[in-house]
Amino acid sequence: MIYLQLFLSMAKIGAMSIGGGYVALPLIQEEIVNFRGWLTQASFSDLVTISEMTPGPIAINASTFVGLQVGEFLGAVIATLGCILPSSIIISILAHVYKKYRKLDTFSEIMCGLRPAVIGMIASAALSLVLFAIFNSGAPSLNISDINIYGIIIFIIAVLLMRVFKLSPIKTMLISGVLGVIAYAVI
Amino acid sequence: MKDEKPAKDKLYSTIFFSTLKLSAFTFGGGYVIVPLMRKRFVEELGWINEEEMLDSISIAQTSPGPIAVNGSLLVGYRLAGFKGAAIATLGSILPPFFIIALVSYFYDLFRQNTYISAAMQGMQAGVAAVVSCTVVDLAFGEGRRGGVLSIFLMAASFVCVYFLKWHVLLIFLISAVISFIHSRINGSKKP
Repeated sequence: MIYLQLFLSMAKIGAMSIGGGYVALPLIQEEIVNFRGWLTQASFSDLVTISEMTPGPIAINASTFVGLQVGEFLGAVIATLGCILPSSIIISILAHVYKKYRKLDTFSEIMCGLRPAVIGMIASAALSLVLFAIFNSGAPSLNISDINIYGIIIFIIAVLLMRVFKLSPIKTMLISGVLGVIAYAVI
Repeated sequence: MKDEKPAKDKLYSTIFFSTLKLSAFTFGGGYVIVPLMRKRFVEELGWINEEEMLDSISIAQTSPGPIAVNGSLLVGYRLAGFKGAAIATLGSILPPFFIIALVSYFYDLFRQNTYISAAMQGMQAGVAAVVSCTVVDLAFGEGRRGGVLSIFLMAASFVCVYFLKWHVLLIFLISAVISFIHSRINGSKKP
């Protein structure tokens, strides 16, 4: 029963991936490539490339991709639903708890600690993104050939668009994409 | 939430199309949802405040599943209960679903297209700028609201994630305990 297997495999991945997409990646590889044999190592690499080039969480991208390969369109729908079902149930319960207890002292004291913590986490992600944009290797180095000049220029322009011209994040990202085409494909 | 509550139908369709649009632009990792969500739900619509948004992102992080989907679900629930949550979840999974379906049919064409990979590379720098600008704003806002303790927790969390590679749940747990003890010691002061 291929659809049931798809559903269960993706539900397993969805339930176990706590802490971001790069936690999900090895889980996906283990389940889909090593255990089920639904993708070869080469098509798994393709999947990672596609995920990086398209919007959306990697776990969902993987589910849709694998579902299509294994069970056509219906497979993709079932795999994607399987992937989000466990987390949706957990999050719905938490959402309910949050709504019910957020006025409670103890609960709001705890949330007061989580807010700065999550900002620290976003800052960490931001620094990684900036380093990837500026250095080809993604890590600081003094090697001239490792510095991505176009990346730096687009980064600075994007900051100005956000800060000075008050453009929305989406418009800023779209303009950066256009600048990327000009810098990397045209020049 | 603002006083003028939109009519139910309008509310559902706004939730659906907002999460759809947000999800279509979460390039470069889950945290990109933060600037997008802040712009749409906090600044443009004014339906939730910044603290509620941060709470949603925190809760989204403590559970399995993608931050972007979890975050949308939480905001949907906050605005319109379980139905809102379901609509927000659907809105956030449709774009990646159809884009992947489309791309995997035209994979070879897609991979070899230099314009697409150039646009993506440019977008990566743009995403870095968008997330950096947002996190600076959030950090200043949080520092003003929470004072020294918040500043300490932000810095400590950053170091623990970036340099020490601690698991997010461990960091949340310690932060929650510190915050709880701190407010108990300070007693009467409401957080």
